[in-house]
Amino acid sequence: MIELIYLTILLPLLGFVINGFFGKKIGNEKVIGLIGSSTVGISFVISLLALIETINLPVEQRTNVVELFTWMSVGSLNISFSYLVDQLSLVMALIVTGVGFLIHVYSIGYMHGDKGFYRFFAYMNLFIFAMMNLVLGDNFVVLFLGWEGVGLCSYLLIGYYYDQKFEKGTVAQAAKKAFIVNRIGDFGFLLGMFLIFETFNSLNFLEVFSQAKHLTGAESTFGFIALFLFIGATGKSAQIPLFVWLPDAMAGPTPVSALIHAATMVTAGVYMVARASIIFASAPVILAVVAVIGLLTAVFAATIGLVQTDIKKVLAYSTVSQLGYMFLAAGVGAFSAAIFHVMTHAFFKALLFLGAGSVIHSMHHQQDIMHYGGLKKYMPVTFLTFIIAAFAISGFPGLSGFFSKDEILWFSYANGNFVYWLLGALTAVLTAFYMFRLVSLTFFGEERFSHDKYHPHESPKVMTIPLIILAVLSVIGGWIGIPEVFSGEHGNVFHNWLAPIFLDAELKLAYYGAHSHTEELILMAISVSAALFSMYGAFKIYTQRREIAEKFALKFKKAYMVLLNKYYVDEFYEATVIQPIQKSSEKFLWKIADNKLIDGIVNGTAVVITSFSSVIKKMQTGVAQVYALIMMTGIAAILFWIILSL
Amino acid sequence: MTANTEIFQLLPHLVIGVGIVLSVVIEISTKKSESILPWFTILIFVFAGAHSIINVYDYQILFGGMYAIGGVTAIFNFIFTIGAAIMVLNAVDYIKKSKMNFGEFYILVQSSVLGMMLMAGARDLFMIFIGLELMSICFYVLAGINRSRMGNTEAALKYFLLGAFATGFIVFGIALIYGTAKSTSIDQIVFAYEYFITDVLFLTGLALFVIGFLFKIAAFPFHMWVPDVYQGAATPVTGLMSTTGKAAAFSVLIIILSAVFTQNITNNFEILFAVIATLSMLYGSIVAIAQDNLKRMLAYSSIAHAGYMTIGLAAGNIESVSGIIFYLTAYAFMNLGAFGVIALIEGSNEENLDINSYSGLNSKSPILAGFMALFMFALAGIPPMAGFFGKYYVFVASIKADLTWLAIVGVFSSAISVYFYLRVVVYMYFKDSTSSIIIKNSFTGLLAVIISGLLVLVFGILPDTLFSIITSVLSY
Repeated sequence: MIELIYLTILLPLLGFVINGFFGKKIGNEKVIGLIGSSTVGISFVISLLALIETINLPVEQRTNVVELFTWMSVGSLNISFSYLVDQLSLVMALIVTGVGFLIHVYSIGYMHGDKGFYRFFAYMNLFIFAMMNLVLGDNFVVLFLGWEGVGLCSYLLIGYYYDQKFEKGTVAQAAKKAFIVNRIGDFGFLLGMFLIFETFNSLNFLEVFSQAKHLTGAESTFGFIALFLFIGATGKSAQIPLFVWLPDAMAGPTPVSALIHAATMVTAGVYMVARASIIFASAPVILAVVAVIGLLTAVFAATIGLVQTDIKKVLAYSTVSQLGYMFLAAGVGAFSAAIFHVMTHAFFKALLFLGAGSVIHSMHHQQDIMHYGGLKKYMPVTFLTFIIAAFAISGFPGLSGFFSKDEILWFSYANGNFVYWLLGALTAVLTAFYMFRLVSLTFFGEERFSHDKYHPHESPKVMTIPLIILAVLSVIGGWIGIPEVFSGEHGNVFHNWLAPIFLDAELKLAYYGAHSHTEELILMAISVSAALFSMYGAFKIYTQRREIAEKFALKFKKAYMVLLNKYYVDEFYEATVIQPIQKSSEKFLWKIADNKLIDGIVNGTAVVITSFSSVIKKMQTGVAQVYALIMMTGIAAILFWIILSL
Repeated sequence: MTANTEIFQLLPHLVIGVGIVLSVVIEISTKKSESILPWFTILIFVFAGAHSIINVYDYQILFGGMYAIGGVTAIFNFIFTIGAAIMVLNAVDYIKKSKMNFGEFYILVQSSVLGMMLMAGARDLFMIFIGLELMSICFYVLAGINRSRMGNTEAALKYFLLGAFATGFIVFGIALIYGTAKSTSIDQIVFAYEYFITDVLFLTGLALFVIGFLFKIAAFPFHMWVPDVYQGAATPVTGLMSTTGKAAAFSVLIIILSAVFTQNITNNFEILFAVIATLSMLYGSIVAIAQDNLKRMLAYSSIAHAGYMTIGLAAGNIESVSGIIFYLTAYAFMNLGAFGVIALIEGSNEENLDINSYSGLNSKSPILAGFMALFMFALAGIPPMAGFFGKYYVFVASIKADLTWLAIVGVFSSAISVYFYLRVVVYMYFKDSTSSIIIKNSFTGLLAVIISGLLVLVFGILPDTLFSIITSVLSY
């Protein structure tokens, strides 16, 4: 099955072609939905079989390259469409196709009756195609094509309801914002790629990384490459300073938020950093930057999440915050912990979004949690799965989020320092608080909606079954990565599986932390009990004592307003970046450069061309002699030139 | 091998030659020849094309050094025959609707293709000349095949007059070359090229010879006939002339200058070609902006494309030859496709050639609009269409030859050309339909467009398959 891995990429493309070109003619939602989800489903099965085959291979043979065709080969630049099947890419491929498949199935129910049903599934399949190229590509070019492809699909799907309003602007503006902010990151990524080719004369992963392993003393080069790549990652994975697009991306349909803006695309940056771990490990300064940016984003976004009232906005900030965790892990050299969190996060965050989608679906697209309340009796399955996901993300012991989060917290202390751990643990506490605020306001307490207008009901089976499967995964998904403190020496299966990929990077970083398991247990106990306390507090406040929260908001009105307005980051960018650009565009580029200079040139050229064509027209009255004369002049000129040059 | 059996090595040529005779017989003997001849023509073309490409690695010199088969020749034969097959497929309904369904149309197309094949395989100046005349005379007649239309006749006459004028220089050039080199064999000329090139008479002869072919490829300043002829001739014929005709002329230029390309001899014509390339690119791209008639626009664009390919001649290294050949292949299919769409839309009397006829095409025929957009993107050189790689390979070759400035001019000119190509796309997708054009259903016409479109995509997504064949056969 390893050699058939390209099918996992081509099948979604086929689905895109069928639904995209003939979807309108097919018209039948069942057929379109079946094509859309089955292509992803089969891809998942193929990835799974490839995984099983890889597990049965000896460790040193687990890296396989499947070459599809050489794209271009000019000089030393040799780019081929070939795919790297190894421990890391298989994990990512399984997440993308597995969670992707469930979300496709869910969408059949969620998008039911939408006039652009076929368009939606075509874009979703195209997204899976691009994302699979991103995670499976064996060189930076294929990765970049996937990178741009997912960006395009993200743009198309955020703007899916392109004719509707979103907050202060329109959906189309939100889509544009996502695209433009991502361009900034992509530009950094491109620069990084150029620098890699300049340094290593290759863009192939295996070649670049094996050279990087032996190259010493080029710290500044590595630094720049890592920095540029990381700028790319901050764009795609919504980190400070380029995170502003993700909350606005919630303008898209909820399954899109689940698939693209929670489970898969936004983790592409983490994947890329992990893939290029050896480059980042060779630039310790930049690695520290990665950790600090990740940590700051985690805390920053979690605090904003505390006060948001739009159900999807809370989840969006939570995603930004969790992505920050992943970069923190990568930044302290715990790459496998980062990927582990990518996986568990994909389960519970997709579940949270799909659960939110189920609620929104039954509440006629009302998204304000202040207008929910007491929904648990109307939609029991949604409630049950949602609360499981909330427990998982808050790190309730035994659930998936607990293992991945605590691994990150531990490494942030063991490989980093106490401040990293403290802020990380603080984020965990905040996370538990806003998640249970969300759960309480939505499912518990008095019903704050009018029964005339809203008739909450449970969603159809096609939507609830994916929720149940994801809930099961959110519970047991973490059990393959149980830390050594519980599972004994070399007991962390997930870590052992990925270890060969990150071996070089870890050797280069050389953390020989002499930390005892007792230390680990103490820190874990502190963070878990704090989170549990925070969960309980949030639940108590928002179900029984809402006035405490209101009093708090009144007492710290300034701080509350700052949080509610997301630290005024959008306004800050508006004033410092967007306005100056717009003003200078308007005042200088438009009024002077464009109107006077370019239009002048264009109009001038047009005048020249018009007179030119009128001259030509005069020659074209059928007088072939004139043509011959011009030819003759040309020939004479060439002959003169030959004689003179001799 | 004796000359008696050598003739059988030329199976594609024989098939087409016998096909011409058979076509004449079919035309005379049956009344239903209009429905037999197109498919017969396509059949022999596809056979000849397939035979050539299968035997691409079987390079042989035949007839005492007069003629070559296999190698680069085979690739050119592939372009000629498959290009002509697509054109015939496109023309089946077209010539019916414009009431010029004469059997000789197909016979002339077959003869012109045979002429091109002779040009590409020739290893002797006389052989080249025979092929050239066979092709050109057929083209003169084809340009004026629609006798009832004034524009058609005008185009044919102008093409003939100027073509004959250019041929005169080719013959004069051959005379001078023979006078100094004492041979018409290209092998001999190439072998002693370095020795002869210092001789002013040889250099002048070679220059005149090259100029004659620059006329055929429509490079500045020998392009004057192009807009009139391309606009006046029937659309499928224009498609054939602009693609395969150009490829045939380039095949001769590549052969005659092969000493420069393969032996690292100083390229005496470097500056000449560079100047001509620059002027052709800029002139073609800038003047095309002002055109509202699509056939005329593509005529100017063909001048610009001749310029891009001439960059390869200026660069004068082995990479540039492969670049030119790749470019020709890509250009053949994207241009044939574009003319194929035009032929479907222009109506029975070529009345819908204006760009306004294309407004809102997407709502009327999304398939045609989609393919037209594909061809426009390809011609503009946007990946992953084949046109991008044509330009890319040629530009890389010119940078290697220290002609970076020429590549920059090329990129600059491409940027200009994007304007008028995308203008068509804008009209098709973003303008409301103003005219009430009825697009006639033509299955064969659409099929020709689809095949060209697929080839453009295949060569764009898998450029290396073709490119590696070209590079490996160039070593012969």
